[in-house]
Amino acid sequence: MSCCLDTDVLCRDLVQTGLFINNEFVAGDSQIETVNPANGKVIAKVEAAGEEQVNAAVDAAEKAFEEVWSKVTPQKRRDYMLKLADLVDRDNEELSQIETLDNGKGISFSRGFDVRELAECIRYYAGWTDKVHGKVIETEGVLSYTRHEPIGVCGAIIPWNFPVLMLAWKIAPALATGNCVVIKSSELTPLSALKVAALVKEAGFPPGVLNIITGYGHITGDLLARHKKVGKIAFTGSTNVGRLVMKAAAESNLKKVTLELGGKSPNLIFDDADLDLAIKWAFRGVFFNHGQTCCAGTRIYVQEGIYDKFIEKFKEHTSKANIGHPHDEATFQGPQVSQTQYDRIMGYIDTGKKEGATVALGGKRWGEEGYYIEPTIFTDVKEDMTIMKEEIFGPVVCVSKFKTDDEAIKLANNTNYGLASAIFSESNRRCIELAKRIKAGTVWVNCVNVLHANTPFGGFKESGIGRENGEYALDNYTQVKVVKMATTLSA
Amino acid sequence: FTKTLTAVQRGLFINNEFVSGSSQIKVVNPSNGKVILEAEAAGKEEVDAAVFAADKAYKEVWSKTTPSHRRDLMLRLADLIERDQEEIAQIETIDGGKPITFTRSVDTKFLSECLRYFAGWADKLQGKVIETEGVLTMVRHEPIGVCAAIVPWNFPSLLLMTKLGPALATGNTIVAKSSEITPLSALKIAALAKEAGFPPGVINIITGYGETTGELLSRHKAVRKITFTGSTRAGRLVMKASAESNMKKVTLELGGKSPNIIFEDADIDKAVKWAYRGIYFHQGQVCTSGSRIYVQESIYDDFIKRFKEYVGYAPIGNPLADSTIHGPQASKTQYDRVMGYIEAGKQEGATVALGGARWGNEGYFIQPTIFTDVKEDMTIMKEEIFGPVVCVSKFKDRDEAIQLANNSDYGLAAAVFSQNLDTCLDVSEQIQSGIVWINCINMFDTATPFGGYKGSGFGREGGEYVLAEYTQVKAVKINRGAPV
Repeated sequence: MSCCLDTDVLCRDLVQTGLFINNEFVAGDSQIETVNPANGKVIAKVEAAGEEQVNAAVDAAEKAFEEVWSKVTPQKRRDYMLKLADLVDRDNEELSQIETLDNGKGISFSRGFDVRELAECIRYYAGWTDKVHGKVIETEGVLSYTRHEPIGVCGAIIPWNFPVLMLAWKIAPALATGNCVVIKSSELTPLSALKVAALVKEAGFPPGVLNIITGYGHITGDLLARHKKVGKIAFTGSTNVGRLVMKAAAESNLKKVTLELGGKSPNLIFDDADLDLAIKWAFRGVFFNHGQTCCAGTRIYVQEGIYDKFIEKFKEHTSKANIGHPHDEATFQGPQVSQTQYDRIMGYIDTGKKEGATVALGGKRWGEEGYYIEPTIFTDVKEDMTIMKEEIFGPVVCVSKFKTDDEAIKLANNTNYGLASAIFSESNRRCIELAKRIKAGTVWVNCVNVLHANTPFGGFKESGIGRENGEYALDNYTQVKVVKMATTLSA
Repeated sequence: FTKTLTAVQRGLFINNEFVSGSSQIKVVNPSNGKVILEAEAAGKEEVDAAVFAADKAYKEVWSKTTPSHRRDLMLRLADLIERDQEEIAQIETIDGGKPITFTRSVDTKFLSECLRYFAGWADKLQGKVIETEGVLTMVRHEPIGVCAAIVPWNFPSLLLMTKLGPALATGNTIVAKSSEITPLSALKIAALAKEAGFPPGVINIITGYGETTGELLSRHKAVRKITFTGSTRAGRLVMKASAESNMKKVTLELGGKSPNIIFEDADIDKAVKWAYRGIYFHQGQVCTSGSRIYVQESIYDDFIKRFKEYVGYAPIGNPLADSTIHGPQASKTQYDRVMGYIEAGKQEGATVALGGARWGNEGYFIQPTIFTDVKEDMTIMKEEIFGPVVCVSKFKDRDEAIQLANNSDYGLAAAVFSQNLDTCLDVSEQIQSGIVWINCINMFDTATPFGGYKGSGFGREGGEYVLAEYTQVKAVKINRGAPV
């Protein structure tokens, strides 16, 4: 069944708009309009969760955990997840269309990356369900063994930049380790999560195991972060809001917190880099997903000797970027996700101009409707400029230069963020050495923005707390209990 | 059932095709001694073809296949096996004599579970990074390449899968030899592997005699790893063959003479039921069978009485009948061997407390047999009988129990029955065996390690542990400033 999604009218049958609680779609206490960023028009109204609905969702998760999910075998959990992954594959086209309509990213990316990785991530974690082991540790007179137990009810708050992918990164490890989940999608992009919710029900998950709700961060998100029955909250979003989540956890029940926050990731390009390759990657590093990526390589530092050549070729490559309608197969760059984001980015571009940086390319709106911004390159940037320090989260990159390896490292680390970084050099010896010295959770060597479900992802410093993906994510959703058995009689 | 059998493939499964062998082997139904069909057997030419196919597939295709894709193929095969599991169960029961109630609830259930478990490891093979002064070491866990597996007749598909699962997950290609006594279920699985989409040559399934086909595989220079489950006698030959050829890595799952120790504070009713399962499951044709039962003195008479009564109830008959619990031995050779041991037991002066004779008029059925008044040095107490024959003896205290339990060159498994956890843990610490069951016996699962101490073999199957058997560790040590 094809979606009539390239019109402004959304077929009611295709997408749910309710809150998915206890395997049912129910009403919220208010509604939120979700907008098509390609033309600024309202797609649909979705239900938003207030206190009553958040409580209902958490209660449903708690009941499901205590009465059902904690008694379901790891193998059965695995099989539910594998079924869900199969359904995601089956409905890949529909999910991709919804994601592109709601978020504005090119359909080739929704299909070829986001929705595909959703299934891949679920399958990866399905494989962990039956492999969560404790250790046996023997000491004099005592046999100790550890259990890695689920926490119970886990809350998650996800952003709008990769709606289904961020959903996957949270629900997959949480479910795999035996938890029940209440996850709040972004109010800007609620639709694909609700489609996934329908598949969750079809896959046979017991009611209450996975609950998917929509709402504003400062209302619904805050309620979740403060809820006394939620044992853990996982947040991906801006650093500012991350602070609020951590505070809410501290003020409520000291629930465990993981945060994936912002970044201002450096991309170091040395004069022995393969220049053409570096340019392609640098372009992808910042302009992929319209710059709306936490790990975007938004500060490019080019070694002096190749700086001019880099700028010339980079401008040329960037100017060829295919900007267009998200549903067009050839589109690389679509609109920014909302008016607010658009305004924010344009504000940074203005500031950049005012503070004296040079607009080497772009710097303006693109097109007549929707929230499109031209890919923008700033040069002659100083380290203390706003555009160099703050996360812009748009198709805007700052390019600067350096002389030596030591200087490159110093510049790379000159930030309170520490999410990711990239090094371009044909000398692997240099790459390994510098990788050691960069203070970031990911160091890409001769590539940027390459992500896998099986490798850890997370930030140093103010880019966050904890690691998602890979085996590492299991720790976020389990708590260690040690059982110490006395084996001799002496007291 | 006739329809089931006509659907079974004939041939050697090499490079995704069923091809003829250099000879044929008669496959017999042990319930009635009649020939089911003739299976193709692999001689030197076919073994070479299979190994060559596996080698080519590894180099050109499988080593370039992503872990995710490996995983997805394995998941697909698991789905297909589940779809056809009744057919596989029937084939296995007709071919090997295991009651249908068990091939359904144990063997075929295990197949898809095992595949799904190991599919989940495919994308999680991680080496360590170890940093020392001036050197960064990256440890890789690489596949070996072409692995060979020799599978016995007591759990034909289950044991095939315990080897296929980890081998495929870790990126190897495989040539598996099923037992000439029970070749049929493996051929069905081969057909499903092709349907699942495995590239040609990744999985090759052949059959033949151990001393011909098995020997060829054990000696093959292009096979870099062999895993063998079977008798200790044959295991020695595999190990020798490896030593004499190319030092291929070897894992051996061999025999056992596992002690089942029942303390006076055990729940006797439960102990009786578990003891039955411990020795009579699959007519004693299980390497971990609790074939030596040691009962603490004070409850010995009571145990014997209850045990004899419980064993007497077990329905013996046609394994295809839903109600059958006890079927025939797998072949005439096995039948003769077990009867030989029963004779030896009588001659050496042990008492036949129950059974001790053939059952019925056709097929290879033996009555469940209990020997008492056994001495530690009797043949039936020392050697693995691999039939429905148990020896029951008594002990005074914990120390004596441990001593008796360890009085064997084998060390595969052991069981301890007591309601005192301290007793159980103490005894488990001191028994020299790879598996110690506490208040249960013959409980298997994919995720826990399985293997023996001493003469019962080396290496572990199951769980994360088995991954090490199918990978080789490479340390890549990068100079980060170490002076010359």
